[in-house]
Amino acid sequence: MAAAAAAMVSLPKTVKARAREGEQGWKWDKSVCRFCGTGCGIMIATKNDRIVAVKGDPLAPVNRGLNCIKGYFNAKIMYGEDRLKKPLLRMDADGNFSKKGKFRPVSWKRAFDEMEKHMKAALDELGPTGIAIFSSGQYTIMEGYAAVKLMKAGLRSNNIDPNARHCMASAVVGFIQTFGIDEPAGTYDDIELTDTIVTWGANMAEMHPVLWSRATERKLSNPDKVRVVNLTTFTNRTSDLADMEIVFKPHTDLALWNYIAHEIVYNNPAAIDWNFVKNHTIFATGPVDTGYGMRKPGHPKFTDLENETVRFETEKKISASEAKTLSYLGYREGDTLKMNNTAKPVKHWSISFEEFKKALRPYDLDFVARLAKGDPEESLDSFKKKLKTLARLYMEKGRTVTSFWTMGMNQHTRGSWVNEQAYMVHFLLGKHAQPGNGAFSLTGQPSACGTAREVGTFAHRLPADLVVANPGHRKFSEDIWKIPEGTLNPKVGTHLMKMHRNIEDGKIKFAWINVSNPYQNTANANHWLKAAREMDNFIVCSEAYPGISAKVSDLILPTAMIYEKWGAYGNAERRTQHWIQQVTPVGEAMSDTWQFVELSKRFKLKEVWGAKAIPGMDGGLPDVLEKAKKMGYSEDDTLYDVLFANEEAKSYKWPDPVGEGRLNSEVAGDKRHVPGSDGKVFTGYGFFIQKYLWEEYRRFGLGHAHDLAPFDLYHKVRGLKWPVVDGKETLWRFNAKYDVYAKKAGTGAFAFYGKALKEIPQGTLRGPVATRGKIKLPNRAKIFFRPYMDPPEMPDRNYPFWLSTGRVLEHWHSGTMTMRVPELYRAVPEALCFMNPGDAKKLNVSDGDKVWIESRRGKVKAHVDTRGRNRMPAGTVYVPWFDEKVFINKVCLDATCPMSKQTDFKKCAVKVYKVES
Amino acid sequence: MASRRKVIENLFKSGAFMGFGGLLWGSAAGNAAETELALRPPGAFENDRDFVQACIKCGQCVEVCPYDTLKLATPGDGKAVGTPYFKPREIPCYMCTDIPCTRNCPSGALDLKRLQAKGSQPSIDTAKMGMAIIDPKACIAFWGIQCDVCYRACPLLDKALIIERKRNERTQKHAYLLPVVNGDHCTGCGVCEHVCVVEEAAISVLPVKIATGKAGGHYIKGWDKADEKRMELKEPATTDEEDIESGLNYLNEDNELY
Repeated sequence: MAAAAAAMVSLPKTVKARAREGEQGWKWDKSVCRFCGTGCGIMIATKNDRIVAVKGDPLAPVNRGLNCIKGYFNAKIMYGEDRLKKPLLRMDADGNFSKKGKFRPVSWKRAFDEMEKHMKAALDELGPTGIAIFSSGQYTIMEGYAAVKLMKAGLRSNNIDPNARHCMASAVVGFIQTFGIDEPAGTYDDIELTDTIVTWGANMAEMHPVLWSRATERKLSNPDKVRVVNLTTFTNRTSDLADMEIVFKPHTDLALWNYIAHEIVYNNPAAIDWNFVKNHTIFATGPVDTGYGMRKPGHPKFTDLENETVRFETEKKISASEAKTLSYLGYREGDTLKMNNTAKPVKHWSISFEEFKKALRPYDLDFVARLAKGDPEESLDSFKKKLKTLARLYMEKGRTVTSFWTMGMNQHTRGSWVNEQAYMVHFLLGKHAQPGNGAFSLTGQPSACGTAREVGTFAHRLPADLVVANPGHRKFSEDIWKIPEGTLNPKVGTHLMKMHRNIEDGKIKFAWINVSNPYQNTANANHWLKAAREMDNFIVCSEAYPGISAKVSDLILPTAMIYEKWGAYGNAERRTQHWIQQVTPVGEAMSDTWQFVELSKRFKLKEVWGAKAIPGMDGGLPDVLEKAKKMGYSEDDTLYDVLFANEEAKSYKWPDPVGEGRLNSEVAGDKRHVPGSDGKVFTGYGFFIQKYLWEEYRRFGLGHAHDLAPFDLYHKVRGLKWPVVDGKETLWRFNAKYDVYAKKAGTGAFAFYGKALKEIPQGTLRGPVATRGKIKLPNRAKIFFRPYMDPPEMPDRNYPFWLSTGRVLEHWHSGTMTMRVPELYRAVPEALCFMNPGDAKKLNVSDGDKVWIESRRGKVKAHVDTRGRNRMPAGTVYVPWFDEKVFINKVCLDATCPMSKQTDFKKCAVKVYKVES
Repeated sequence: MASRRKVIENLFKSGAFMGFGGLLWGSAAGNAAETELALRPPGAFENDRDFVQACIKCGQCVEVCPYDTLKLATPGDGKAVGTPYFKPREIPCYMCTDIPCTRNCPSGALDLKRLQAKGSQPSIDTAKMGMAIIDPKACIAFWGIQCDVCYRACPLLDKALIIERKRNERTQKHAYLLPVVNGDHCTGCGVCEHVCVVEEAAISVLPVKIATGKAGGHYIKGWDKADEKRMELKEPATTDEEDIESGLNYLNEDNELY
């Protein structure tokens, strides 16, 4: 407590020095960085309606004025030469839409006419499941909310799913199953307060650079006490600071966590915090025959080579390793494991501690070290020594430990499991939800937490952790949205991977891409590119720059970028940060919110709220028009009238004190006088729509431990960590000392008060036992046992290398913004194939040579690098995915965690060979 | 390739060159300060004058460079005309492991022998084309920005460029991660200068002689056993036993001391 207080009040010296305003005619205003989940505060200088500079915000608690190299270039990201400035439609020579036509500029009116036409055609033919939105963890909170409201409340379709599916879905399942509520307990202050930083599949040095500078400072502050351990499948820049680097074989993190638990339970039971375990947790497990999130073999569009891997979705042979790790289920090597639970992978039940202990038995040092050692050149003894040290660091009484992870654990065909294993170890030791102690899932995107997860721009979610499948949640949402009971579709929509698959199968014929690049960021891309271009469908892409997704679309909408609109992001430590529109958008670009709202004008209630057929749902969606009329609506009202321009919305006056003297293109139009969706100059909605969306949205979470503050407050502070109760943010959730909700629960020091999945069957390791009934778990978290299993595709004779993909510090995701900053382009102009020097020698290639990287699904060429930032163990190659010219997602496998539906971008099998010139 | 070959051919075919060559040559070679600033291909003589004398201006090294890094100096470049050089901010040396430029030098101006330690194969890692120096005022890592683009781009990362960590007293919770050049390993390839993201590179490569200093061998770091290598092994300084005059002269000087 004292340490935490000390960390909170130690204000930097510069806080006292106030920035001078008004220098030379430019104006500074607070905002946030466009890029990663760290959530650095920045200040933006504008002059003559252009951004002229940025600086780190010295008052921002996250970064105190610092930035990484991407943040350093925020001022330049909006002004690339090829910024999209007008709607573009594929047309034939006569100006009619043609799938095979070339893009030519059209008016916004024509753009919306085409969208309306194709969207309605898809709805007429296929119903609400025939349309989809590729949404985003980079939406502002308000535009994410507008998208969900339009799709779910208006069009009654749950087919909206974000790129965050590729990024955080496994973390979410881990949170919901373990805690019953999403997002981390801890805060970034844990970095300053912990004695031990353990990174699991998180190259923080490149992916969260500003947090890494905090980790570095922590190490320097007490080098003898503080320990840094990097668990990774290859040497990266995070290893540089680490006291110990553990290079493990891909996928064996599952075994490593269980090894630590085995050490605790079998060899050091005194390390168990029984008070914590008995008072606040329960043991649980689930099925293993859950498949790998692939489609079933025999799909007409699979090649023979693809079928070699896809067949494991139905059944697999138990390997030697699995014979040990699944011995608790009676499996032996060579047995067939039939995947009987692919439809219900998330089910789970409680077990006893004795059962839990029994399942951990195989994970002794000898077995795990042999299974997990990732560098063939390291000796087994050296690796064993490291594992023992790792377990000791976790177990040491009085030593605080924070485990950080990102995509290595999330992008994993058992990603939800491995997330749960992290909590397993921290719970056994009672080291969670306390200053410096905790398992901390880091987020990749700037608002994966704030928008994708908290707003719920997912196929199964509603705001504030509510879900469409729960009738009570639907009713609650329908009340807030003032829509008739029964409007919301109870059937979970298509997750991101399934959206692509359904487009390929002709089940979705209209798709709209927002703030993401799904045709570059999705594995097994050849299928989806072809489906977009060759199937009968209409793809709309809201974009700022021409990228792969725009290229395969039929209509491109020029879209305002971050500082060209009002917005808010939520970072990985639950900090919500708002900003004000700084400049007028370029060209005819308009915000995503405007695009949703304008489209809503094209739909009358009678078109969307009648009875609708839903495949797989008896009776389909009911006709709610009568109920709507009783609520005072007319069937000729548009979704605009009901969802966005209702009486409450209009009560948010513009300008109010926060908006006084500021730009707001949606609300007041702007100097460009852009002809809008009706062909007339758009002069604004006249009411403060962003504030309305915010205030309505936060009603979902108030009083439900998702409390957000009023709109205006965020414009006075540098963000607040939710739940914000009585104007106060929450530091460590679930800890009664810091979290009013935990205190209120009255269960002692901790209360894991999340409401979801808190009544489960009771059983044994083999399954639930019906006679034992269900158990209720108010305020308790779950300690899951999850076994090691092999991934569905492993290197073999024909495809002898592991392929892992990821990012580099210099570029953001698919590079549409950062590749247009000349300095960043020059720094890293292309994606390289990082390779072990010994492997390079065997392949007869040297640095700078080109190689093919080929899987069962596709191949790309890249230059070899053996001496750069990533040092690969023999047998593994790494290719970043930012570079559309090295389109590595054509090679990757679209297998997912069956629970989270998040793709495993970190492992598939490839062959690598020299490109003969 | 073709265009580069053309440049070389034109250089030699040109009547103007033949006519005024001597004059131009003289003026450029005579400007020692400027020629010293030229970065040469790997395996060149340590002393640039020796290199300029040995180089027969054949352009072979330029011809085989796969990245178009090397250029032949033309009049106005401020370097001996016809000699190879490179400007890393434009195109750095990417340190080909087979070192084609040096390998193909017919004159010995570039020589693989200068790229090999005793008893081992020639290695580009031993090249001394120049040395990188950092301007800490312009380098944004010294502001606390998490940049280190040069470090991650360095072909000898963690050897030629290393990261030094320093606490940031202003923020009290971040560290500076500062790039530092290790002259023992820096080859002067200039990839760091090329990738530097600030307007004018904050890390630049200079010829080794200009970039490096040298501490005398008369003082050895007492805390570093290896530093004894620096001791100058010439005869220890002595004094002329017969010379008593030097001292006396002073003592006997009558120069109005008071």
